[in-house]
Amino acid sequence: MKRLMSGNNAIGEAAVLAGCTCYFGYPITPQNELPEYMAKRLAAVPDGVFIQAESELAAINMVLGASVAGARAMTSSSSPGISLKQEGISFLAAQELPAVIVNMMRGGPGLGNISPAQSDYFQATRGGGHGDYKIIVLAPASVQELADTTALAFDLADMFRTPVMILGDGMLGQMMEPVTFPAKKKERHLAHADYVLTGAKGRPARLVKSLILDPKEAEDHNWKLYRKYQRIEQQEVRYETFMLDDAAMAVLAYGTAARIARGAIKRLREEGLKIGLIRPLTLWPFPNKIIQDTAKHLHDFFVFEMSTGQMVEDVKLALEGKARVHFYGRPGGVVPTPVELSRIISRHYYQSQKRKK
Amino acid sequence: MLIKTIFSGFGGQGVLSMGNTLANAAMLQGKYVTYLPSYGAEVRGGTANCTVAIGDEEIASPVASEPDFVVSMNQPSFLKFQSTLQTGGLILVNSTLVNVAAARGDIEVIEVPTSELAEKLGSIRAANMVMLGAFIKVSNLVSFQLMLKNLPEILGEGKAKLIKINKEALEAGYNYIKE
Amino acid sequence: MKKVYAEVLDEMDLREKAICVPPAGCAVLAYDYIDIDMVEAPHGRGAAVATGIKRVRPENLVFSYQGDGDLAAIGTAETLHAANRGEQITIFFVNNAVYGMTGGQMAPTSLLGQKTTTSPAGRDPGREGYPIKVCEVLAQLGAPAYLERVAVNKPAAIRNTKKAIAKAFQYQLRKTGFSLVEILSPCPTNWKLNSVESCAWIDDVMSKVFPLGVIKETTC
Repeated sequence: MKRLMSGNNAIGEAAVLAGCTCYFGYPITPQNELPEYMAKRLAAVPDGVFIQAESELAAINMVLGASVAGARAMTSSSSPGISLKQEGISFLAAQELPAVIVNMMRGGPGLGNISPAQSDYFQATRGGGHGDYKIIVLAPASVQELADTTALAFDLADMFRTPVMILGDGMLGQMMEPVTFPAKKKERHLAHADYVLTGAKGRPARLVKSLILDPKEAEDHNWKLYRKYQRIEQQEVRYETFMLDDAAMAVLAYGTAARIARGAIKRLREEGLKIGLIRPLTLWPFPNKIIQDTAKHLHDFFVFEMSTGQMVEDVKLALEGKARVHFYGRPGGVVPTPVELSRIISRHYYQSQKRKK
Repeated sequence: MLIKTIFSGFGGQGVLSMGNTLANAAMLQGKYVTYLPSYGAEVRGGTANCTVAIGDEEIASPVASEPDFVVSMNQPSFLKFQSTLQTGGLILVNSTLVNVAAARGDIEVIEVPTSELAEKLGSIRAANMVMLGAFIKVSNLVSFQLMLKNLPEILGEGKAKLIKINKEALEAGYNYIKE
Repeated sequence: MKKVYAEVLDEMDLREKAICVPPAGCAVLAYDYIDIDMVEAPHGRGAAVATGIKRVRPENLVFSYQGDGDLAAIGTAETLHAANRGEQITIFFVNNAVYGMTGGQMAPTSLLGQKTTTSPAGRDPGREGYPIKVCEVLAQLGAPAYLERVAVNKPAAIRNTKKAIAKAFQYQLRKTGFSLVEILSPCPTNWKLNSVESCAWIDDVMSKVFPLGVIKETTC
């Protein structure tokens, strides 16, 4: 059955249906509906735990505790709060503990504003905290996708024993759209549960740690994490394309920006402009291959972000100079309309066509 | 088809639930729909607004920088949002509270004495549903009959005792608008 | 100190139930000689991590082990709020009035006049404030069930410490609420005293500022 639901609430419902029993968070706009939803919803779940933590630092470390105790745990926040959580995210990555973190981005830096933005791309895709690590970053673009992505996030977190971030923005969190959920609650299948602390009964004691004083041993641990990240890069890249087959220019955008880009492309197609879309669903691992493959057929990539340009660097890295990269950014919480974006794309398109002649 | 409407007024006038009700009705009639409320610091200032987009295909942006329709329940929101309307757009106002002397010349203004009609029904709080009834007659965005039929589902659990008054209010607004 | 709580765990037959949250710092090395489940917490976050574990596993015995900087400086908020929620956890707070692991800097519990590498002229209340009395601060909250200050500078004191640890575990096992045992502990290296002098210093100086005994106790 379809329900009209806000993105924040849909994440909450999807999380509970995915077997999440623990939520810890600190209020911050524009994601307050999610902790509010979880406070109510988890009260009706056996073993459900909800704590409004005293800070984002406390919240992420409660997630760490719940995760190592064997529960599916999540926290959520918005940009400034996510900065505070980075300490804990680094520890989760180092100690190889599953967790789901939601960032409903807002305009920054500093306190910024509460309008939708995509300014935390670098922070999210480069690990975010200190140390040599990565986290999986998922970028849904609708309320239905927020729900589906939440379930996926918990599975990926378990599968690779790693923190997973859902990167949305204020608009995705606040907006209501029709959404459907799986009819049945999913059972958790934890393939490698040998890290979970239950008390050392009938087995040797377990230590979950990240302090490794011996540099050689620490190096081994870092390479082990690296090999895991390589596996993730090989197996878990997700993206979507739209009208790409005959395109002469490919637009790259994710999340809210991708919705706007799609609207713009539909308009431009009606005018006969051959423009397609590549929409990364995973920002890390980044869909390098489809970009490289596309570059065999066309030579103009147009990156649109609600920032001054962050993902554009990954596009350039993927292309290694083999195609021209155009960029249009709107930072600070501005959401341009599809019409506005279509005008910019159209101008770049005609300029490139002219250049080709 | 893609039609965007901004509902606006004082906080407490039921502006958000007007938009939410329309969005639910459209969803139940198989339309693509998005509902975007104003949020955070903005809603603390006493005014509220939300945007509803209804379409026959996927909706790219839930934001309406140039809406097709505006509904204004009070004077400040009338002044603020009439300027965003497309040329030829239509604005419905709560004429009990809004003076339309300053209306733009290139838009259509429809006055509905919303508060008055609601008071006649014995519930000033139903003013938003009176306005929504009028809006549906004017805009023809969803089927009024189907909406009434789906009203229990639209209002949701625990609102059973509100169905009657909401239905009466919607009908009062709908019938106020002459063909 | 680690030996003391290890003995209590054995005597109360709690080893298989226990989950310990050691902090960054020397206590991490505890794992090498105590055979219980452990997870390291980031510096200061022991109470938050312990909260997460205990809420998921209420039948386990969950305790953290934290120094003065960890608990009363960088982790003040986590400690105070876990106590204020009445989390069913136990915290062992080792107070030696100095930062040991990082090499002798001033702690929030350093005494007035105490010379450290970052208060070389001695702690001045006008500049560095007063030593924080953690038990007394927490005793103002409604939720904590058991707060006691003990010392480990001589055999009789160690026997008291063992009793306090056992009592704190009892409070947790009976779900009576939050318990914290503050342990005045010598740090001869950073106090620049020998071990005999250090033990005397706890009696003669430190416990004058941090009086020993039960600070708060609800009926268990």
